[in-house]
Amino acid sequence: MRVFLFKRIITMALTLLVATAVVFIALEVLPGDPASVMLGINAEPDTLAALRAELGLDRPVHIRYFSWLGDLLQGNLGISYTYDVPVLELITERITVSFPLALFAIILSTAIAIPFGIIAASFHTRPLDFFVMTFSQLGIAIPNFWFALLLIILFSISLRLLPAGGFAGWDEGLIPALTSLILPTIALALPQSAILARVTRSALLEVLKEDYIRTAQAKGSGRWRTMWRHALRNAMIPVVTIMGLQFSFLLAGTIIIENVFYLPGIGRLIFQAVAQRDLIVVKNLVILLAATVIIINFVVDVLYAVIDPRLRGGNDV
Amino acid sequence: MNHLKMICQGIFILVIGTLISSTSVLAAKDSLTMGMVLEPTHLDPTAGAAAAIDEVVYANVFEGLTRINRSGEVKPALAKSWEISADKTIYTFHLHQGVKFHDGSEFDAEDVVFSLNRAKADDSVNAQKVLFKPIKSVESKGKFSVAVTLFQPTGSFLFNMGWGDAVMVDQASADKNKSNPVGTGPFKFKRWVKGDRIELIKSPGYWGEPAKLNMATFKIIPDPAAAVSAMMAEDVDAFANFPAPESVAQFKSDHRFKVVIGSTEGETILSTNNKKGPFQDLRVRQAIAHALDRQAIIDGAMFGFGTPIGTHFSPHHPAYKDFTGKFPYDLNKAKKLLAEAGYPDGFNATIKLPPPSYARRGGEIIASQLAKIGIKLEIIPVEWAQWIDQVFKNKDYDLTIVSHTEPMDIGIYARKDYYFNYDNPKIQALMVELDATVETGKRYQLLGEAQQIVSDDCVNGFLFQLAKYGIWNKNIAGLWENSPVQANDLTEVYWIK
Repeated sequence: MRVFLFKRIITMALTLLVATAVVFIALEVLPGDPASVMLGINAEPDTLAALRAELGLDRPVHIRYFSWLGDLLQGNLGISYTYDVPVLELITERITVSFPLALFAIILSTAIAIPFGIIAASFHTRPLDFFVMTFSQLGIAIPNFWFALLLIILFSISLRLLPAGGFAGWDEGLIPALTSLILPTIALALPQSAILARVTRSALLEVLKEDYIRTAQAKGSGRWRTMWRHALRNAMIPVVTIMGLQFSFLLAGTIIIENVFYLPGIGRLIFQAVAQRDLIVVKNLVILLAATVIIINFVVDVLYAVIDPRLRGGNDV
Repeated sequence: MNHLKMICQGIFILVIGTLISSTSVLAAKDSLTMGMVLEPTHLDPTAGAAAAIDEVVYANVFEGLTRINRSGEVKPALAKSWEISADKTIYTFHLHQGVKFHDGSEFDAEDVVFSLNRAKADDSVNAQKVLFKPIKSVESKGKFSVAVTLFQPTGSFLFNMGWGDAVMVDQASADKNKSNPVGTGPFKFKRWVKGDRIELIKSPGYWGEPAKLNMATFKIIPDPAAAVSAMMAEDVDAFANFPAPESVAQFKSDHRFKVVIGSTEGETILSTNNKKGPFQDLRVRQAIAHALDRQAIIDGAMFGFGTPIGTHFSPHHPAYKDFTGKFPYDLNKAKKLLAEAGYPDGFNATIKLPPPSYARRGGEIIASQLAKIGIKLEIIPVEWAQWIDQVFKNKDYDLTIVSHTEPMDIGIYARKDYYFNYDNPKIQALMVELDATVETGKRYQLLGEAQQIVSDDCVNGFLFQLAKYGIWNKNIAGLWENSPVQANDLTEVYWIK
C-alpha cells in the first residue's frame, strides 16, 4: 500500500506538471492581449506599454513560465490583472460558494438516488420500478439549466419564496446564505441523482443474481437484510466511481448553474476571467481544478479499498 | 420515508421563504438595487476603459471639475465657475470650498493639479489619455483656483473634463481607488462582494444637494435570462441597461414595471476596411449603402428598438444631421454601382462579428441583404479580445459590426491609422478647426460638415443608434432615460412610494 501511495503521488505530481505546461501554452496561443482588453480601443500605445510592463507581460515566454511555476510551488498565485487583488484571495472567496454548492448537491443527489435505486432493484419489473425508471429517464433528459429556470419560475417568480439568484454572502448569516443555495442545489442534484439511481439499480440487479445472495437467502436471511448486508456493499464500487466522476463534473457543471443563478462562484470566475483575459486567474484556477480532479480520483481509489477488502494491500494494485 | 422527507423539505422551504419575504417587506424604501450585466474589473475610472466602472462610480462616488448631465450638457461640478482667456488656451477654474473626500481630507487646488498631472503623465494608465493631451500645464492659483494651460485652443475641453476618466482623486488614496474608491460624491463606497454586488451608502457630509437614497446596491447579473428572472421576482428594482430586448414586451405588459426606451451614444456601424480590396472603391461602398435595409436590421436584430442613422452621430444631439434618406434601399441601383466598379457578379468577403447580439444577429441579416447584390459574406464570430487584436489593432478584416459608444467620437474619422483605414485630408483639417473652435453655434456647423463628409464617402455602413432599454419599478423616479455618458447617476433617484 505504501509503495502504491508513493507511486500515485509521483504520478500526480507529473500529471500536474504536464497540466501546467498545457495550460501555459494554451493561454499563450490564445489571441488577445490582456492590456488592450483592459484599456479598450482608445488607448495610446505608450499607455499599453506601461500597463504591459506593470503586468510583467514584456518578459520572454520561458522566463514567465518558470517564474510562474516557482510562484506556484511557493503558493504565490500572483495578483489578478483585472481585479487587482491577490488571486488566492479571489479563489478563496469564490470557493466558499462553489464548494458548499457542489457538496450539498452531491449529498442531496446521493440521498435521493440510493434509496430510489434500492427500491427500483427490489421491485424489479414491477410498477414501482417502472415509476422510478421513468422519472430517472426524465431527470437525465432534462438539462440542468432548463430545470433551473423552471425552479426559478415556480419558487421565485410565482411563489416568491426564494431569491431568483445571487448570493447573500456567509457574513450575512447562515440562513440567507443557505437560502441562496437551495434552488441551485436542487437544480444541480436532481439530474445527477437520476443517473446515480440508475447506476445503483443496475449494479444491485447484477449483484442480486450472484450465488452468494441465493445462499444468504437460503440461510434464512430476510429480504432487506440480504439487500443491506450482502448486496448493497458489493454494488457500491460502480456507484462510488460514478459519484467521483460526478463530483468533478459538479465543479465544472457549476459554471452553467452559477450563471443561471448569478452566483459568485468558481465557475463564473473562470468564465469571466477567460473573457477578460485575466490570464493569471485562468491558469491558476485551471491548475486548481485539475489538482482537485486528480485528488478526487485518488480518494475514489482509496474508497474502493475501503469498500472491498479484497482490493486492499494486494500487489496487483 | 421518502414522502416524509419531501414533506419536510417543503416545510423547510416554506419557513425560510416566509422569513425572507417578511424581512423584505420591513425594509424601508430608501435603498435601490440596480442590476448590471458586467462586473467592473475595478472601481478606478481613471485607470480602465470598462463602461461598468463608470456605471457604478460616475457622479455617485467620483466627481470631476465639470459633469455631463442627463441631457448630455456640460455643467459645473467641483468647479463652480471658470474663465477662459482671450486666446482660449488658459482655463481658470474656481473650486467649491468645503468639499471633503470620503476619507475626510479636504479637496483643494492641489488635488486638481495632482489628478490632471497623474492622468497625463508618461506612466499613466488612463484609458482616455487622449483627453489630457491638449494640457500643457496645471498650476494652482491660491487654495481654490486652478489655471490649466493648453497647447492650443481645444473646443471640447470642458466636455472632456466631465468624463469619468477625468474625475478628481486624492493623492493619499489614488493608488487604492481600484478596490476602495475614495471620491467627493454624494455616495461613498461601502463594500464589494466580488462577483455578486457593490454597495454604496449615502455620504453624510456631502458638499452639494444630498442624495435621496440612503443606499444603492449594484447587483451583477451577466445572464440575460437570469436578468429577466431577477426583475420578475423583484430581486432587483431597476435595470438601466436591460440585456434582453426580446423580453421587453413582457415587462411592458406588466403593471409593476416602467419600460423606458432611451437613446445612447452607441452608433452601430458596419465598419469597413477602406484600404482592402473592393472596399477601396467608393462605388462599392455606395452599393452597400443602397443594399442595407436598416429597418429590417433593427427589427430582426434588435426587436425593433433603435433609431436609423445615416452618419456617425447621435440623433438626439442638437448638431445631428439626418442623412438616412441619402442612400435609400435600392437593389437595382446597388447592382449598377457594383457593375460600374467592375464587380457585375459581386465578390466574396468576410465579416467578423464580436459577441454582442447586435453584431451576431445583425451580421446574419446583413450577410443575407448583401447576398442579394452578389456580395457573399463569410461570417466569422470572434471574441472581444480577438476583435481588438485582429480587427482593431491589426486591421485584418473586411467588414465588422460594432457599436461605437464613446460620446462625440466623430473625430475618429480624422485618425488615418484608425481601423477604418480612412484617410481624407478634408475631415482631418475640419477636426483641427473644430478643436480650435469654442463657440457652440460654429462648432455645431463644423460637426454638421463632418457628418456630411463621412456620409458622402460611405466610410462605413451606418446602421442605427443603439437603444437603451431601461426597466424599473414604476415607483422609482429620477433615473436617466438616455445615456449621454455611460453612467447610472443615482444622485436624483428616489421612491415615489
